[in-house]
Amino acid sequence: MSWNRLRRKVVSGAVVAFCAAAVVLALIPLGFILFFVIGHGLPALNAAFFTQMPKPVGEPGGGMANAIAGTLILIGLAAGIAVPIGIVSGIYVSEYRKTSLASAVRFSADILNGVPSIVIGLFAYTTAVLPFQRFSAIAGGLALGIMMIPLIVRMTEELLNLVPPTLRDGALALGATRARAVFTVILPAALPGILTGVLVALARIAGETAPLLFTAFNNRFWSTRLDQPIASLTVQVYTYAISPYDDWHRQAWAGATVLIGAILTFSLLARAMTRRLERMHRP
Amino acid sequence: MSTTGPLGRSSGEGRLFPLLTGAAAVLVPCLVAGIALVLWRESLLSIREFGFAFWRTSIWDPVAGQFGALPFIWGTLYSSLLALLLSAPVALGIAIFLSDLSPHALRQPLIFLTELLAAIPSIVYGLWGIFVLVPLVRRLEIATPAWLKGVPLFEGPPLGVGLLAASLVLAVMMVPFTASVAREILKAVPSAQREGAYALGATRWEAIRMALFYGRTGIIGAVMLGLGRALGETMAVTMLIGNNPRISLSLFAPQYTMAAVIANEFTEAADPLYLDALVEIGLVLFLITVAINALSRVLVWRVGRERTVRAGRPVPAAAV
Amino acid sequence: MTAVKIETRAKPRAPGRDEAKAEEPMILIEDLTLHYGDKPALKGISMQVPKNRVTAFIGPSGCGKTTLLRCLNRMNDLVDGVRITGRILVAGRDVYHGSMDVTELRKRVGMVFQKSNPFPKSIYDNVAYGPRILGTRSRAALDQAVERSLGSAALWDEVKDRLHESALRLSGGQQQRLCIARALAVEPEVLLMDEPCSALDPIATAKIEELMDELKSRYTIVVVTHNMQQAARASDVTGFLLMGELVEFGETPKIFTTPGDRRTEDYITGRFG
Repeated sequence: MSWNRLRRKVVSGAVVAFCAAAVVLALIPLGFILFFVIGHGLPALNAAFFTQMPKPVGEPGGGMANAIAGTLILIGLAAGIAVPIGIVSGIYVSEYRKTSLASAVRFSADILNGVPSIVIGLFAYTTAVLPFQRFSAIAGGLALGIMMIPLIVRMTEELLNLVPPTLRDGALALGATRARAVFTVILPAALPGILTGVLVALARIAGETAPLLFTAFNNRFWSTRLDQPIASLTVQVYTYAISPYDDWHRQAWAGATVLIGAILTFSLLARAMTRRLERMHRP
Repeated sequence: MSTTGPLGRSSGEGRLFPLLTGAAAVLVPCLVAGIALVLWRESLLSIREFGFAFWRTSIWDPVAGQFGALPFIWGTLYSSLLALLLSAPVALGIAIFLSDLSPHALRQPLIFLTELLAAIPSIVYGLWGIFVLVPLVRRLEIATPAWLKGVPLFEGPPLGVGLLAASLVLAVMMVPFTASVAREILKAVPSAQREGAYALGATRWEAIRMALFYGRTGIIGAVMLGLGRALGETMAVTMLIGNNPRISLSLFAPQYTMAAVIANEFTEAADPLYLDALVEIGLVLFLITVAINALSRVLVWRVGRERTVRAGRPVPAAAV
Repeated sequence: MTAVKIETRAKPRAPGRDEAKAEEPMILIEDLTLHYGDKPALKGISMQVPKNRVTAFIGPSGCGKTTLLRCLNRMNDLVDGVRITGRILVAGRDVYHGSMDVTELRKRVGMVFQKSNPFPKSIYDNVAYGPRILGTRSRAALDQAVERSLGSAALWDEVKDRLHESALRLSGGQQQRLCIARALAVEPEVLLMDEPCSALDPIATAKIEELMDELKSRYTIVVVTHNMQQAARASDVTGFLLMGELVEFGETPKIFTTPGDRRTEDYITGRFG
């Protein structure tokens, strides 16, 4: 083999090896993180964690019941804001895709997606905390909802576009108006995919901390009121993590484990649903 | 043939449908504009007081009423660019592996694992960072030979927290994101390009290089998107960077970023000028990330267009 | 058997041509069988492709002619789950043998695709790509190779003043000739052409057929085509494939006027296809 050919082969082999190594390199932190979080978190998960409130500073024990409830309420609020707006916007962008408004929406959605979550928190603070002079669950829900909107819009648009045009043509040929065709035929066809996407988006924002720091703030006590500050799993984990108390560190690991467990469950569920959808639509 | 009116509807269609759906849709660009406006309005005090000197001064002393934001720009850029340097090659390697080199059976599980990496919340990265990464970095810092310590890059006491720890965790967080966008770009390169190279006797790497060349603008866009994410990253950074508003070249020195200072000090800021200064930092962070995202979007779109397929957005899993 | 009316060009035979038939074949295929997973795509194919001739593979869609072509330069290696048994010898060397370097094989056996696929680079850089990866660095040598290849592909006069323009600005027919030039630049012995004219208009097609006739004096050409008239016009030897089997193989005039197999006759007279 000539020198040139040998050199080329060696270089090619080296690149292939590098790429494989890159994959391994990326998986190492993943394994590391999962190992540590679950390793420290599982032992700290007990009934008390899920049922009790945080104890006063320095006292061991207690749990994150209020934080778990808080996170659920917050993502519920966020979904309440983002899902209607997101799906309806997605319908517009899909139906009238050539208009300049549709382009503007697509562009803004991508921009909004990239805005740092702390900045969105600032916006929610100004619009929902300042006028009422208090932190509230609603403000937190607003911040999270704003983050969810671009995800839902993009996803709805793509899923609606994937519905075969024959379905739409069939409905229109039977005399349905555009609105009726969308709501009775096209949207239902895309709905399972949309729901899956909503699940995935919920999992993503459930893990957000920064936008809640000065909107929902935090709450040591049990509270489900929407106009009061509310605890959340993420902010609680943060507060405990940067504290000097070992017991609180333990609970922070536990909280992180619950977070990861929830996200993993959502992802696997979404994946399973997507597979089922693929199988259903295959001829 | 029906004509389409300004709302995009054909003649003879109802007006209600496009109006109602359009009303919801218009909220999205309004939100973006609204955020910009609100940030602007709430930082006016600081803008009027300091002007552009805000960004040239490096003293941040809230107690004395002195607000210079240069340390935050420095810390943000330093940590993000270092993280970019570390993460981009790895992310590209992963993207190439997944699109061109991976055995068929491994592909889906590996994609799932990279998505999992992307789904881990920032706070969990921060938690792991505090208790695992920081002690490791501290050991590294202690083990640095004395002669190396003289170099400005490695100066300072071995605290563990500091720029290096923050950049490392940022790099880990950027990798899955950049890798997945880059992989989509590579997938969009027509296989005929690679085949053409192979048919001329190209090695594996030479054919991949041709695909990389074809998608070069998109790949740059992918890297920029990753950078945009890093610039705005808050929790993991504030837990690991040391939160010290000091400009330093040293990797071991505690520093501060724009997102971190807002997260840490906003709830404690009492006087209006302090608050407005923090919001002004938020405004600039907003503008920077919008600019980077807009630019990278244009770059990623171009590759999609060349293929005359719906432009560069990742295809949902259901369609693959 | 009815005489089939297909025009075959009367080719002037130079003295001594008949001895050429007794030469070593350029490509020798022995009992080649190929499976995609567990589905057989090629079944027991054996043939001898003569040197310095145009050999055509014809047959209905899905008969395996492209698959067969891609075996000759091992492009099928790029597909998952392909299993091959049998032997292919190119210039006497076993193509699938462990010692065969695939990149070298592909230098010696070039390929032009159905749809032209120029790289997003200049005309010059497209043609120079092959020589460059083979190690040619000197500007003068590259210039020479580019001019020679573009000349052989009958494209030089049309592009010589715009070598540094993007290749994508050429017309479809010009792009295909560019791809031929690109393949010729590495000085192969065999040129494989996979339906090279299917995306082209009749004028461009005629140019390429003319090119094939010129090139065969220096290269061995194997062309896959679904256009029977083209095979009849442009090739010296034709193989008819049906459902993965080589039904008949022989001199083009004979195949088209007095085919030996019933199935060949049915295909040629258009009873199916």
